[in-house]
Amino acid sequence: MLRLERVTKVYKVGTFGGTSLRAVDDVSFDLRAGEIVSLIGESGSGKSTIGRMVLRLARVSSGVITFDGSDISTLRGGSTKAYYGEVQGVFQDPFSSYNPVFKVDRVFTMIRDGYFRGIGTGEWHDKLHGALGVVGLTPGEVLGRYPHQLSGGQLQRLLIARALLLDIRLLVADEVISMLDASTRIDVLNVLADLKQRGLGILFITHDLSLGNYISDRTLILRHGRVVEVGPTQKVLGDPRHSYTRALLASVPQLHRKWGDEELVASVAGNGTPALPGDPGADGLLAVGDGHFVAPEPEAGPS
Amino acid sequence: MSVRVDELKVYYRTLRGDVQALDGVSFEIADGEIMGLAGESGCGKSTLGKSLIRLDSRMRHLGGSVTLDGRDLPVSDDRGMNEFRFKEVSIVPQYAMSALNPTRKVGKIAEELLESRGIDFDAVRPELERRLELVGLSTAVLGMFPIELSGGMKQRTVMVLSTLLNPSLLIADEVTSALDVSSQRAVAEMLVEFRERHFVKSVIFITHDLAILYQTADTILVMYGGRLAEKAPADDIISRPKHPYTQLLISSLPEVGVRHEEKRLSGIPGRPPSLLDPPTGCRFRDRCPLAFEKCVEQPPFVEIEPGRHVACWAAS
Repeated sequence: MLRLERVTKVYKVGTFGGTSLRAVDDVSFDLRAGEIVSLIGESGSGKSTIGRMVLRLARVSSGVITFDGSDISTLRGGSTKAYYGEVQGVFQDPFSSYNPVFKVDRVFTMIRDGYFRGIGTGEWHDKLHGALGVVGLTPGEVLGRYPHQLSGGQLQRLLIARALLLDIRLLVADEVISMLDASTRIDVLNVLADLKQRGLGILFITHDLSLGNYISDRTLILRHGRVVEVGPTQKVLGDPRHSYTRALLASVPQLHRKWGDEELVASVAGNGTPALPGDPGADGLLAVGDGHFVAPEPEAGPS
Repeated sequence: MSVRVDELKVYYRTLRGDVQALDGVSFEIADGEIMGLAGESGCGKSTLGKSLIRLDSRMRHLGGSVTLDGRDLPVSDDRGMNEFRFKEVSIVPQYAMSALNPTRKVGKIAEELLESRGIDFDAVRPELERRLELVGLSTAVLGMFPIELSGGMKQRTVMVLSTLLNPSLLIADEVTSALDVSSQRAVAEMLVEFRERHFVKSVIFITHDLAILYQTADTILVMYGGRLAEKAPADDIISRPKHPYTQLLISSLPEVGVRHEEKRLSGIPGRPPSLLDPPTGCRFRDRCPLAFEKCVEQPPFVEIEPGRHVACWAAS
């Protein structure tokens, strides 16, 4: 459905734009309907830039992003609108996605004005209440309220409901739960998992490995704009081959294992083996298993 | 006993009434203890931290007392606290990144900070440099502007500065929250290291992240709705929590290895109470699966086993 081919994004930085920064460097992957792909990386890894390029909020410097086979950078006018009817994004901070002066209903009326002019009020209400039901909200509790009267989790779910009104097929979820409290964030994650069952493709961007692991089918680990490791989530996080992935995993605070113990765990699991030699693919990644690829590492160099 | 807090009550005055952010909390922190303070946003954990150093003038101190190393801490008196701030009680604020003045070099910030307390910068400078190197920063940092440092470096710089005078109590408010996982670990381990080296005697480590507390803290205090829910050694609170809120909170955390197909986690239904007009009795009772008639009375925060305190009728 969505395919990125050798996508690169170069930003001009420095006082006079003299230096260039490769925020995303030669990234390729695809995402099928009903699949959740996680982009995991630390700040500056280019994960959000990829999401922004998919949403056409940033231009691609080189490479192609296609949706159902057509290059999204060539979309103009009506076809752009049709694209946004199928692809929507939800971002980190639900509070700043709303205009505090207006009631939250406004995000829905704007969708109606833009995409559903011909629809009757009764039908619209059914549709709206249906979408709210999917994300686990009761219309009476949330509609007619101002943003400050609702919790972060409720606001975030309203934004997902807004995206769903459009019968979208791809959702770009950029750090959607980082700002939510522990007791409500899991509900939002479960909503995403349910949507996947209904055939929605989700690009799940996060810095948190445990969240990516909970929800996604496939995982890409990004570092400095490049793919370090990619594959089925259980393979990448269960049997990480790249030293960076392992270091990242070891730093994640966990509830049942202390930081001091992980050297032991790594050696027991046999994870100490470096990436297996294989044929580098077109993007320079080595195949280490079924659909599991890893970037080659410099020999014994400090990473 | 390093820190002893008795029935501390702090409200915020707003146009719509008093926000009962901290409603009668009592606890103790031992010498050398790193106490984690956890809870959701709006539960009063930052208020508790700030009230011990009295940083926020909007706070209204309604009662209660704080003792530090046997001396009364004048937490209701802005001026009286001057003698203690930085020297005895120090804080790493929630947005430590923005605590550094962007127009000054780091060395100048340190110098101004120390001179304002009447301490000679040159006398302290060798120790400052030693500590910067200890946390993996070069002394060149002193000649740099804050913008030249990464988030993790700024956080470490602020932590070195705020502990320079070996305070008895350090309040670390969400020091790891804005950092990447690898810097998070470095900063958290730094807190432990500072304690080992006696740069600080006791630490209150405020965060919403229970997993990071499990890695670093000796004990964890969980707050809910402006009151204390539970305090226990870190291992106990994670492996056998007593308060229903702690139990639900821990069971809702996804971990590496848990996938929704195999094990679907669930959140806590409902939302925390408004502290403008909190419900009477136990503040968790609307969301609590164990709530019964007795919960309309406020449960006391009592010791049920040595070192374990819980405020719950069902658990005690």
